[in-house]
Amino acid sequence: MLREIRPAIVLLLVLTAITGLAYPLAMTAIAGALFPSQAQGSLIEKDGKVVGSALIGQEFKDDKYFHGRLSATLAPDPNDSSKTVPAPYNAANSGGSNLGPTSKALADRLKEDVDKLKAENPNAAVPVDLVTTSASGLDPDISPEAAQFQVPRVAKARNLPEDTVRQLVASSVQGRMLGLLGEPRVNVLALNLALDRASAK
Amino acid sequence: MTMIGWLQIILFCVVIVAFTKPLGWYMTRVFGGERTFLSPVLRPIEAGIYRVSGVDEKREQHWLTYTVAMLLFHVGGFLVIYGVMRLQAVLPFNPAGQGAVAEDLSFNTAVSFITNTNWQNYGGESTLSYLTQMVGLTHQNFLSAATGIVLAVALIRGFARASARTVGNFWVDVTRCTLYVLLPICIVYTLFLVWQGMPQTLGAYVEATTLEGARQTIAVGPVASQVAIKMLGTNGGGFFNANAAHPFENPTAFSNFVQMLSIFVLGAALTNVFGRMVGNQRQGWAILAVMGLLFVAGVGVCYWAEANGTATMHALGLTGGNMEGKEVRFGIVASSLFAVITTAASCGAVNAMHDSFTALGGMIPLINMQLGEIIVGGVGAGMYGMLLFVILAIFVAGLMVGRTPEYVGKKIEAREVKMAMLAILVLPLMILGWTAVGVVYPAAVASMANAGPHGFTEVLYAFTSGTANNGSAFAGLTGNTFFYNLTLASAMFVGRFFMIVPAMAIAGSLAAKKSIPPSMGTFPTTGGLFVGLVVGVILIMGGLTFFPALALGPIVEHLAMNAGNLF
Repeated sequence: MLREIRPAIVLLLVLTAITGLAYPLAMTAIAGALFPSQAQGSLIEKDGKVVGSALIGQEFKDDKYFHGRLSATLAPDPNDSSKTVPAPYNAANSGGSNLGPTSKALADRLKEDVDKLKAENPNAAVPVDLVTTSASGLDPDISPEAAQFQVPRVAKARNLPEDTVRQLVASSVQGRMLGLLGEPRVNVLALNLALDRASAK
Repeated sequence: MTMIGWLQIILFCVVIVAFTKPLGWYMTRVFGGERTFLSPVLRPIEAGIYRVSGVDEKREQHWLTYTVAMLLFHVGGFLVIYGVMRLQAVLPFNPAGQGAVAEDLSFNTAVSFITNTNWQNYGGESTLSYLTQMVGLTHQNFLSAATGIVLAVALIRGFARASARTVGNFWVDVTRCTLYVLLPICIVYTLFLVWQGMPQTLGAYVEATTLEGARQTIAVGPVASQVAIKMLGTNGGGFFNANAAHPFENPTAFSNFVQMLSIFVLGAALTNVFGRMVGNQRQGWAILAVMGLLFVAGVGVCYWAEANGTATMHALGLTGGNMEGKEVRFGIVASSLFAVITTAASCGAVNAMHDSFTALGGMIPLINMQLGEIIVGGVGAGMYGMLLFVILAIFVAGLMVGRTPEYVGKKIEAREVKMAMLAILVLPLMILGWTAVGVVYPAAVASMANAGPHGFTEVLYAFTSGTANNGSAFAGLTGNTFFYNLTLASAMFVGRFFMIVPAMAIAGSLAAKKSIPPSMGTFPTTGGLFVGLVVGVILIMGGLTFFPALALGPIVEHLAMNAGNLF
């Protein structure tokens, strides 16, 4: 048994160096050369400043923007670091609400948000993804229905014809991969950037 | 449920089955010590590693030596992770300036990674430096996966050899598994993931100014290289807190599909390795059939429950299923499928929050783990777990006809059955035992996030996941407390090693036996009757053991939900 001690130590160190250092560092170099944009986090710049990542959702509250999913992410309480406070779309601390199917807190929240959205657009069914929190709290997408649902509000806030906005939404829809995998979706940040460009014209 | 949803599920199954045979062929060659197409590149590295570490690759080990070597290796791995976590503040690759990780959390995480559990009491982007992610976690993702695979191979050798004293050389097996199987796949896989949008950088977190003028700090890092092995090695510990739900850790439906495949692919291929090594591939297919039946049943129930949504949602007129805690790019079907896959295997990565699943949808992951994760299972762990159940099933069949049972030419006798029972009894001992403590000990009760039966399920899920070395969670439960850090570590430790040692004892005892040719009285183990028998034994054992606990958790919650009760 004693002669197993040397391999235990040396092999561990060698394999640590290979899998824990050489492999990730080499992959960083290769990936950075082949796919520089993705490797850095698919960042979007506007006027030379980073406005976000194409893959990471951000918070939109203004009526003139399309809103994303609800986000349950937290941040440390500035007054007491042992506690946390809600901080939607905190991209340095991802997470979901973790509320279960019989949670009263979830039921109350759903009802409040459904009522609010019904008041905003009484003519359409409330899409479920607009009143539920995403798993990561950073979901960049909403369903096409959820985008269409918000068209009247956005058009009004921007003084644009509804049809223009509706067409913008339709052209922003990404379909399933190969028509099969995943779900159709609209990237909220991309849609809002397109919207800003359309309004500026 | 939709047609397109079922097509995604069918496509997944077809691709897994298609990979099983070629990958099984390749892995059999790797563990048989034969040349492969990668040998010209890798053989010099392999030989060099043996030279510096003083390994004689010709010398095989007795099962006890093999097991001791494995344990020594883990002691070292534990010390590396624990040391790096405690010292990360003063070590390089720490642009976010993360401080030292607390003692109990470091202990829990170190145990969690050496046992292939990867329970996340840590929040990746908010706790760990890049060095910890690479040297601590990525490296152990490789080694715990390699260990699982080679233990299964050692057990298979036990079945395949006759009158032999040895079951292989642990050091050679681990080195070959890492170099020839895991690393090459991971290199290609990492590049695919980056192409899909996964970051791979050592740069600092990005500061962005959003369209509405708010500041957003975006965590990045060497994500792809870790995620590749995290999925392929069924480790599951996330780079980010939200794991594979985080858009950087799973950017597209395509990356999601490939991640699901990579959880199952090595485990499924091991059934073929088994078939090849015992000399009849149909033996392997029969085992894959047992796994497949249980898997498809689980997917059906979970998908149905999630597509149905909850009573609260119905009352508000919301359709489209239970989207709480799910991502739009995956939707209901890819989230349900992922949940079943990750718990059937002992992966534990999640692309949706299991805590927010419907009661019955969330029960399926729980059952998958409680059955011992033998539905494909963790790389290697699933295979040796399944072989334990096969031994029991064969034993039961032997009792029915009053004949000494045999399996692939080996007599199954008292020693094997005792060892198999010992290993299987670990599950209820740790899961039910600790859950009982967790629901009465006041400091533990305070960790529950949801009230009512759902809170109980959170605790049951935590100890189930820990013992089964899964690592997924009903994440509302506050796990990063002194109580949970220590109890979960004990569940993970016992769940891993108290399963491995009896399995290795069986390997040793089987290898020493003579091989007997099949006769008229031999129970055929490649047909439907055998598959049905094994499925039955698994369900009866698992069902009888855990049904009372499930009745108190998800089942009662489902009834309460339909009766309109909220907590």
